[in-house]
Amino acid sequence: MAATSAMDSLSSAATSAVKSLKLRTKQQELLIRVSTLCLIYVLAFSIRLFSVLRYESMIHEFDPYFNYRTTVYLSENGFYEFWNWFDSESWYPLGRIIGGTLYPGLMVTAHLLHRAISAIRFAVHIREVCVLTAPFFASNTAVVAYLFGKEVWDTGAGLVAAALIAVCPGYISRSVAGSYDNEGVAIFALLLTFYLFVKAVNTGSLSWALASAFSYFYMVSAWGGYVFIINLVPLYVLVLLVTGRYSMRLYVAYNCMYVLGCLLAMQIRFVGFQHVQSGEHMAAMEVRNLNDGEVDSYVAQLNDLQAAVVWQGIMIVVWKPKLRDAVSVRSFYEWWRRRRSRLLIIGQNSKEVFYFLDYVKHLLNDPKLFNDFLRITVTCAVSVGALAIGVGTASGYISPWTGRFYSLLDPTYAKDHIPIIASVSEHQPTAWSSFMFDFHILLFLFPAGLYFCFKRLSDATIFIVMYGLTSMYFAGVMVRLILVAAPAMCLISAIAVSATLKNLTSLLRSKSKVQAVSSSKGTSSTKASMKASLDQSLPFQRNGAITLLLGAFYLLSRYAIHCTWVTSEAYSSPSIVLAARGAYGGRVIFDDYREAYFWLRQNTAPDAKIMSWWDYGYQITAMGNRTVIVDNNTWNNTHIATVGRAMASYEDEAYEIIQSLDVDYVLVVFGGVTGYSSDDINKFLWMVRIGGGVFPVIKEPDYLVNGEYRVDKGAAPKMLNCLMYKLSYYRFGELTTEYGQPPGYDRARGVEIGNKNVKLEHLEEAFTTSNWIVRIYKSSATF
Amino acid sequence: MEALPSLRKALVILLLSFVAILDVSSSSSPDVVILNAERRIDLTSPIVRAYLSLKVQNAGTSEASEVLLAFPPTQAKRVALLKASIVEGKRKKKTHTPLSVNAIELPDTSNGAKLFSVSLLNPLKAGETALVEVLYILTHSLEPFPTEISQSESQFVYFRDSAIILSPHHIKEQTTYLKTPNNKVESFTRVDPTNRVGAELRYGGYEDRAPYSFSPIIVHFENNNPFAVVEELIREIEISHWGSIQITEHYELVHAGARHKGVFSRVEYQSKPSISGISSFRHLIAKLPPRAHSVYYRDEIGNISTSHLRVDNQKSELEIEPRYPLFGGWKSTFTIGYKLPLEDFLFESADGRRYLNYSFGCPLFETTVNKLTVKVVLPEGSSEPSAFVPFPVEQHVETSYSYLDVVGRTVVALEKKNVVPEHNSFFQVYYNFSPILMLAEPLMLVSTFLLFFTTYIAYLHMDLSLSKS
Repeated sequence: MAATSAMDSLSSAATSAVKSLKLRTKQQELLIRVSTLCLIYVLAFSIRLFSVLRYESMIHEFDPYFNYRTTVYLSENGFYEFWNWFDSESWYPLGRIIGGTLYPGLMVTAHLLHRAISAIRFAVHIREVCVLTAPFFASNTAVVAYLFGKEVWDTGAGLVAAALIAVCPGYISRSVAGSYDNEGVAIFALLLTFYLFVKAVNTGSLSWALASAFSYFYMVSAWGGYVFIINLVPLYVLVLLVTGRYSMRLYVAYNCMYVLGCLLAMQIRFVGFQHVQSGEHMAAMEVRNLNDGEVDSYVAQLNDLQAAVVWQGIMIVVWKPKLRDAVSVRSFYEWWRRRRSRLLIIGQNSKEVFYFLDYVKHLLNDPKLFNDFLRITVTCAVSVGALAIGVGTASGYISPWTGRFYSLLDPTYAKDHIPIIASVSEHQPTAWSSFMFDFHILLFLFPAGLYFCFKRLSDATIFIVMYGLTSMYFAGVMVRLILVAAPAMCLISAIAVSATLKNLTSLLRSKSKVQAVSSSKGTSSTKASMKASLDQSLPFQRNGAITLLLGAFYLLSRYAIHCTWVTSEAYSSPSIVLAARGAYGGRVIFDDYREAYFWLRQNTAPDAKIMSWWDYGYQITAMGNRTVIVDNNTWNNTHIATVGRAMASYEDEAYEIIQSLDVDYVLVVFGGVTGYSSDDINKFLWMVRIGGGVFPVIKEPDYLVNGEYRVDKGAAPKMLNCLMYKLSYYRFGELTTEYGQPPGYDRARGVEIGNKNVKLEHLEEAFTTSNWIVRIYKSSATF
Repeated sequence: MEALPSLRKALVILLLSFVAILDVSSSSSPDVVILNAERRIDLTSPIVRAYLSLKVQNAGTSEASEVLLAFPPTQAKRVALLKASIVEGKRKKKTHTPLSVNAIELPDTSNGAKLFSVSLLNPLKAGETALVEVLYILTHSLEPFPTEISQSESQFVYFRDSAIILSPHHIKEQTTYLKTPNNKVESFTRVDPTNRVGAELRYGGYEDRAPYSFSPIIVHFENNNPFAVVEELIREIEISHWGSIQITEHYELVHAGARHKGVFSRVEYQSKPSISGISSFRHLIAKLPPRAHSVYYRDEIGNISTSHLRVDNQKSELEIEPRYPLFGGWKSTFTIGYKLPLEDFLFESADGRRYLNYSFGCPLFETTVNKLTVKVVLPEGSSEPSAFVPFPVEQHVETSYSYLDVVGRTVVALEKKNVVPEHNSFFQVYYNFSPILMLAEPLMLVSTFLLFFTTYIAYLHMDLSLSKS
């Protein structure tokens, strides 16, 4: 009793304190809302700082190193130099036109942030700005999620959405401090574009549509994922058309956003038509032109939105440079062709179709008949579209894009046909466990949220439902696309949470009122009393509501705990520095990558060329400051295959390739001493496959024994003598790695190696890091 | 401090006497005779230290006020430090009084020898003797031969000098001792009498050698000590009157010994640490002032996790390990930063000026610095900086900008080439600063936020819409 009275007095004190501020309820609500939002803002930023606290303020992984390098270049040389930058340090001897082959949004953003901070005299290194860009934008995303939720549902849903997305692991995985990648800013831009578009649709305001177009422009400048927007938006318009919700508001919003967005998007050089102008593709282009022209007219003949949308759907496959680049340089051009055709078709056809439909509606003069007509037309269109694709594929008309098209529909396609895509772990189809890991309770709240959305259908909820469903599909196809689904999941789940909590709390509050009302009006109407008694007849309604509320809070708190745990354990490792537990429980740090890169930077000739598998290309150029043969841009499959072939050949054959590529040093990553499993020996089969894809001399079965990949005594002879094996295990046979095991025991694979007496003829060991993770060999030509 | 005025006085007197006897001095030097000279050259570390004790006598008739020292031109370039002192008293009552040393140009020295004059405190009267002790330090004087060695080989170096002390004075008796790191002396020039006992070589004694006698010798011996050379060191000392001094040191380190040749085998380096890579080094020790805190050690690509800090009352010792062991010719760049309490190093002088009292040289143990730049970043608003360094340095003033600076901070940059650990003596930078300026930046922040909030409040109370709806 004493406790409750104390509680009472405390709460009364609190309320009196609030009252003494003389705030009206509305102001109180605003105060709470704003302070909650501020807390969410801080939370979204600070939860992403685990990596800085655990390790240091550093750039993570692979691609961010390229982004960092280009940002540093931008800040040192200015925008025009950056824009015209021809990088001769990568893809030796081809080089790479950096300005024309990247999305500059991220670098420009970080550069401007740095400039702004420097302008108010905060002496911060550009690296710190780059490291904290992703968390900063994650905080901004939370605010946009709030606005979006508010637009779609209500402020409560907005707040919950902001809170959910602030800590959602699916999003954190790519936006922790140091993860300086395009996605970091792109998700913000994506959500902002969608929010502004929905706002424009809801209001029919040209200014919101304009803002949406500019936000789209920012998105295009930041990430290849913009293709998702430019496909989802017409799809959404189509759905509204089909469901008869097409309105003037939508027309204004869509046309303004679409046309302006496309025009703006073409200003980005990577997206624009630079490859149309470059001379070396002219011949190919003429052929393509013809071909595409035919396809265009083919599609134009089909002339229905469905076909056009399917046409665009293809674009989704091409939205990651890796995918696109994998096939050929030509794909840049094809891709632009498709952009243009889409622009033409959708830009004109949607309007035409709308007016056409309007005309039909006017003609039929009966909504029911019209709906039937619409249904039949759409069904026909779908089937004709499907047929067209079938015919096109069979006749070879649309063969250039079928590969990527299929890899979207059939996730195993890449595995069989495009090894370079399949070799990247983040391009694998998503496992259920990673859905669970990245979304946790959102996975269960999502269907509930869909239910609420359908219950209160509006233009905005249709949009969010479509966004949720399409992105969920793509998330299932590729692990990395979970990121795109995360905001949708959070928003829809927020609707579920907010609606449920609102219902439950209103139940708790209004119960007595309902009773009072029902008792007074008990006799007036039988129907009302029936209903009231029905309401009352639910047993333990109040208790049930309390239990459900508690359950909801329990679930949400589990979500928060899960998110924190996942962030600290799984997503905050920079992967450049490896940490492990030592024998006595102490933290052991393996800093071998940087050791090797710094060695390269300091102790090799400034123009030395380093050959390594493409994974390490960006890091070598950024940290080692040396020229590489291939890097993570993977735009030239043949070049990569050449490196794969060199690694998979016998040393003398490999040495010819090494000499022909002017290579001075060969770098391999080896985990046999530390038990680090993502080393080159474990990646080796991909090198063989990619090499074999271009050079049939390399055959995968040569490296396998009865379909099994081994490195011990039973390994295939070619395996035991190929360059990669030799470089990895050179003099490893003399080393005892584990107590109680023979020398030459590979801890990463748990076997004693098969060839302990590795002799090198043309290469010599130049450097091996302290834990043997990186080994560098010098080509004897440089002696 | 007490020594300074007296020294200055001595200087003035000396200068006057110098001017007075300018024409005499060249003729007077032959009058000074060195009765006995003993030279001990320490070759154990990469930095060569030579101790010279000279018993001088004025054999002339007039007063002699200076003793001349001569160096061959190649050696003169490598002299990092030259100190002389006069010894008075005997045995336990010995006192060393420092003497000033100046380079002088004489056109007619034989073989282009460079001369330095040691000015005596009290001119020697005819027939008087004095004991002068000289310390000179040579850098880059050990020349690796063979110039390239493989991982398993030891490093051998040449040392070139003269068996007979080069001197413009007549030396009656002299002996030179060379101390090598160990017994492994491959070869040495014999200039009889020459004698080797263990790690010590003795040349001499020679008697009655004429001025400018020269007898080149070459000693080839093993020296596996770390040949750590900092090619360039920039030390930034940033003073904050809010209570700390931030030191940031940028190093460009190189192993200046015999170049590494061929393979670097990790397995050998790990399994045979005593033989393999014996001339390489893994770590260095930096001696930081006591109470140093917030120490960091990093390079362009991030933090370097291999360092240890030991702090006690007397000093802080930072053991730094570059990312990889340094073999001959390998380089590494890194940055060390730390903070020190302000009250330990910043004082107020009697005339109300403030001054920083901090050590000049490189904190790394036994390391040569080819070019050292010390930048003292004074707080914003300080004026009239002046620096006092006990040896000649180049000075200039820059401006730098840091957090929330408007007019920028005055930076006193001191540059010196060829710095050895013996240069770790204190220097002072005086400047004017009024404490009220400390409040400038907080006030600026406060007013900015105030402005922001008032604008926001004003905005909320304004109706900016065009039409009333």
